[in-house]
Amino acid sequence: MKIFNYFGNYFSNRETFQEIIVIPVFATLLAIFLGLLLLIVSGSSNEIALKALIALFYGSFGSISSISETLTAATPLIFAALGIAVGFKAGLFNIGAEGQIILGGMAAVIIGFSFQLPFFIHLILILLVGALFGALYAFISGWLKATTGAHEVITTIMLNLIAYRLLDFFLRIPSIQKEGRNDPISKSILDTAELPRILYFLDPNLRVHMGFLIAIFAVLIVYWLIFYTTIGYEFRAVGKNLEASRYSGISPSMTIILAMSIAGLLAGLAGASQIAGVLGRATPGFSAGIGFDAIAVALLGRAHPIGVLFAGILFGALIAGGRQMQVSADVSLDLITVIQALIIIFIAAPVLIRKLFPWIFR
Amino acid sequence: MDNTIKNNIEEKKTKKSIIVGLCLIVLGSIIYIFLGLNIEGYATFRLSRPTDPFALPNLILPAHSFIGISALLIAFFGGRIIIKAPKKFTLFIALSFFLAIAAFLVWATAGKSFSLTGMLQATVVRAVPIALAAMAGILCERVAVINIGIEGMLLAGAFAGALFGSIFGNFFGLILAVLVGGFFGFILAALVVTFRVDQIIAGVAINIFVLGITSFLTSHLLKSNPELNDAPVFKSINLPVLSDIPVLGPVLFKQNIFVYFSIFIVIISTYYLFKTAYGLRARAVGEHPKAAETLGISVLKTRFHHVIMGGMIAGFGGAWFTLGSVGRFDEGMTGGRGFIGLAAMIFGRWHPVGALFAALIFGFADSLQQKLAILRTPIPSEFLAMAPYLVTIIVVAGIVGNAKPPQAIGQAYVKEN
Repeated sequence: MKIFNYFGNYFSNRETFQEIIVIPVFATLLAIFLGLLLLIVSGSSNEIALKALIALFYGSFGSISSISETLTAATPLIFAALGIAVGFKAGLFNIGAEGQIILGGMAAVIIGFSFQLPFFIHLILILLVGALFGALYAFISGWLKATTGAHEVITTIMLNLIAYRLLDFFLRIPSIQKEGRNDPISKSILDTAELPRILYFLDPNLRVHMGFLIAIFAVLIVYWLIFYTTIGYEFRAVGKNLEASRYSGISPSMTIILAMSIAGLLAGLAGASQIAGVLGRATPGFSAGIGFDAIAVALLGRAHPIGVLFAGILFGALIAGGRQMQVSADVSLDLITVIQALIIIFIAAPVLIRKLFPWIFR
Repeated sequence: MDNTIKNNIEEKKTKKSIIVGLCLIVLGSIIYIFLGLNIEGYATFRLSRPTDPFALPNLILPAHSFIGISALLIAFFGGRIIIKAPKKFTLFIALSFFLAIAAFLVWATAGKSFSLTGMLQATVVRAVPIALAAMAGILCERVAVINIGIEGMLLAGAFAGALFGSIFGNFFGLILAVLVGGFFGFILAALVVTFRVDQIIAGVAINIFVLGITSFLTSHLLKSNPELNDAPVFKSINLPVLSDIPVLGPVLFKQNIFVYFSIFIVIISTYYLFKTAYGLRARAVGEHPKAAETLGISVLKTRFHHVIMGGMIAGFGGAWFTLGSVGRFDEGMTGGRGFIGLAAMIFGRWHPVGALFAALIFGFADSLQQKLAILRTPIPSEFLAMAPYLVTIIVVAGIVGNAKPPQAIGQAYVKEN
């Protein structure tokens, strides 16, 4: 009921309706349009651009299996973007989701193949340990920020770069590398650690897994945490005005460390769910830029948990559609990155949208 | 009252000096235990090639005793800091780090030989993009605009350098790379100055955009037309006489134009920022924009100009990756150098010369990992590759507490009518 209330309150106000619905929609459409323009400018024919556009929509929402792909791609994005949103609320910009995903995923892989445990317990363990390692990795940045004032943007980026090297090293350790392989690839996790596919009864090939349901649950938890708990209040207070919150008896250092750790926890969960639900093992590029896409998702969702849910699904759709585009129109997936960056710019500078489409905002 | 505060401060100081001192003693012990115990033989450092006009003899150090003495000295500094609790001990920390690195190098080279001059030369070369990124950062932050987008501007410069360099030759490639960098500076300025977008978000958006568009164009344009990704590289220019000086010659005077230009930019921007009226105005805009505006300086214009200039310098630094070294563009080839440049800027306390020295330290860490890979140390190469990033974190965490950015940093300026 709370959710409906939330929308009810928002829609009663014309300004905020524009803020949270109209601008994101137009930002997305404009970004897709410019992306296609780039495609044409870089030498592709109009037919290919049209084909790419159709593939983009068909591959994201055109059939049951494309919707399944959309939700599969959305799952880790929602987790990681929730983490980044928590950071935003506390005034922190966590660019380190990528590294936290890698750490969470690596921990999940180890738990996944090295323990023989009953089905449900193994699954819970793999997710918990993944989340824990993501949290620990983010804790470093939070702790450095709280104790020395080191800017979290720089430390998280450096930790991302370190995480890539750690992953390379990790995949060469003999006890982790898959037997009989020379390329960097880890052993596969056991069946008991896999997140079950939720649409199995329709078609065993539909990949959307239980992680998506957990992600929705996480949205509700984070919503509750931010808006209905003391901790959430302290996050928001520190994010709005650090000095004022210090004088009102909140410890900014503790809040920063906690917010960063929760952000890392959610990103670690993204990594673990990606391992346990989709990939089953780690490879050098397994994080696939999810941590960076999640920044765009968090911004698009206005750092609000419900907004993040919908923005995550939209970005999942872009990724699923982008893959289809790659297959049927031979357009590189990097076009999606360009579109995402444009979306961030338009969302961050709503004035641009207002000036370009003055007739919507009369 | 005053006395208690004084006592408090002094207590804090002694506490800090005890912590720092203990850290140094632990560092000394670690060095001795892990590096010094099972090592013998001599480490040979080559200072010049036999063909050089003034060849220097090799520097030969006995590994065990060198490491032992360094470890002892570090521990001694630690003990001294604890006992004397001096007001400033930055010098001792710096000396200790220097000794630690020297000991590490001796350990890695024990029983082998290693070209010290070659590594110093690589240090200077690898410091170039970091120093230029730091200069770009300084120009922007001195007018209170945080430029997280430097990484993207470097990447754009690298791409433009490779593409246009392949078409028009390296000179015009370089000019166009600078212009492309300036273009992204313009975009950033438009976003943060005119539209007052959050500066960090705008910078991140530029990074993602450039990463996306360069990767996209690489796979769509360069992969199918490899002749567009094969730019002529700038050759190194030997300055007469100067380049014959042993050690210093090859390190400083046998380099390509990127190195010479970087030094030139550092000198010019120091002069500009601290000795000219324009520089003074720029700094005023960064410290107190309202006061600057009252005195008739246009805050918005000043910010626009400096961010564009910063972008151009970053574009030039980006061209180093392609026109200055390998001649071809690879996706994401800047590898975080823009961010390391920002760390160098903080380390150098927003001063061009300071940032240059900071960049040299990062360049050293960067070349260290590259050269140590040749020496076949038992340390996995992945860990060596982390070195520059770890140094960045340590620097940002260790220095930032004392370093003060321009006052108005990060704040959009709203002009009052």
